[in-house]
Amino acid sequence: MDTAWDIGRVADTLLEAERSRTARTSLAEEWPDLDVERAYRAQDLALRRRHEQGETTVGIKLGLTSKAKQQQMKGTEPSVAWLTDAMELDGDRPIPHDSMIHPRAEPEIVFVMRDRLRGPGVTAASALAAVGSVVAGLEIIDSRFAGYGFTLPDAIADNNSSGVFATGPVVRSTEGLDLALEGCLLEVDGAVVDSAAGASVLGHPAQALAFAANQLARRGHAIEPGWLVLTGGMTNAVPVEPGARIAAHFTSLGSIVLSA
Amino acid sequence: MTSVESALHTEAARHLLSAYATGKPVAPIIEEFPGATIDDAYRIQQAQVADWVAGGDRIRGHKVGLASAAMQRQAGVDQPDYGHLTESMFFLDHEPIPAGTFLQPRIEPEIAFVLKRPLRGPGVTVAEAIAAVDFVLPALEIVDSRVRDWKISIVDTIADNASSGGVVLGSTPVSPHAVDLRLTGCVLYHGGRVAGTGAGGAVLGSPINSLVWLANTVGPLGIELESGHVVLPGSMTAAQPMAPGDTFSTTIAGIGTVTAVLGREES
Repeated sequence: MDTAWDIGRVADTLLEAERSRTARTSLAEEWPDLDVERAYRAQDLALRRRHEQGETTVGIKLGLTSKAKQQQMKGTEPSVAWLTDAMELDGDRPIPHDSMIHPRAEPEIVFVMRDRLRGPGVTAASALAAVGSVVAGLEIIDSRFAGYGFTLPDAIADNNSSGVFATGPVVRSTEGLDLALEGCLLEVDGAVVDSAAGASVLGHPAQALAFAANQLARRGHAIEPGWLVLTGGMTNAVPVEPGARIAAHFTSLGSIVLSA
Repeated sequence: MTSVESALHTEAARHLLSAYATGKPVAPIIEEFPGATIDDAYRIQQAQVADWVAGGDRIRGHKVGLASAAMQRQAGVDQPDYGHLTESMFFLDHEPIPAGTFLQPRIEPEIAFVLKRPLRGPGVTVAEAIAAVDFVLPALEIVDSRVRDWKISIVDTIADNASSGGVVLGSTPVSPHAVDLRLTGCVLYHGGRVAGTGAGGAVLGSPINSLVWLANTVGPLGIELESGHVVLPGSMTAAQPMAPGDTFSTTIAGIGTVTAVLGREES
């Protein structure tokens, strides 16, 4: 039995699982020393590996931003992971179901950063002051763990179940926009399956942005101008079946419709 | 309807009325009256409403229940239902409701319709329904069950007046022309904490669809939705349990805020 786990092997194992579309069992169970801190180091190492493959960092995404998910994961705080250009769905590109394991959809509020934002000490108000615009987002997450059965360190090492994401057509200033009350309907094949408002994300999506800036500072990073910040799923994630039509309709941020 | 059926409906209605009288929830209807159908359940509901009206209460509107995917999941059903709102169920914004008023209350944020013209189905369209609405109000519905531990089937909840309890209406009337009823966002707060969020379209795709469904469902039974009546179209979030001393409020974008306070138990 090979017990020689280290951070490099965690990163490579998960990247290979993603490439080969093979779900696996918990890494934290196999390697009990995989704690949150090591999991973030594995996540950062996997990002460097993506850079070596020619990918560019385009932003960050938050996970575990709802109380329900935090309780479910026994995590006390949200998690922050990386977005690269390879994850962005543009134009009419469908959800690449054939290259994903078991995709799920969740609507999000997305900030596009104007200024660099670096913790510590970032508040929701100072975070909002660094935002250039707000757009709608529809994230298609995917986990490298069978049945989404993971511990908190597993999920962090797995880049918060990153898959692909699309952003909406309407670009808004934050000024005069009450993002806590921004409503969203999630539809699958034309039927409303869930709804939410922005307050489902830590009370206000700007709280998620501030949290991310402060957490990344502890990891030695800043949120850079031009980056996208996916602030966290507003609803529960819904499974995406092949051929499905997934739509997210927002009060003032327009609609995103994707087919799988 | 045979006299045997009629007697069964009266007996089942008494079973539920006893829960109101004693403050103690009772066994499910489907356990006490096996084989009861949805049609029976509405007749059992009617028998209780007739009893209340005979006692001096007045019908002031209707509610649609089980109208959202979230509520239908919670209850394990795939269709809405309706119940009656009577005068005694209406409570005031911010005004503490006596703790003993409900048996096992839960709270839901809704967009209430107030009608300026009667609506009578079948055949009511979305266009007619919107034209019949005078204004909308932010609302909190307190649902309650006379059935022990909320162990309800669709038959139980219909027989139990669609699990109605109370209504708190806000005081900011907004024209249905002024707000996107489908996409407006809603936040339910328990104290200062977010207890749930949703959007109007959680209710049958749009709350107006719920009004249309109600008018067309009760119309063939000879029931008209009257001018001045309040219609609660259904909850935008999952229902949250409410305990004595709790304060819940909801803010609905473009419509306003309303607060429900459940008084503390007398010591």
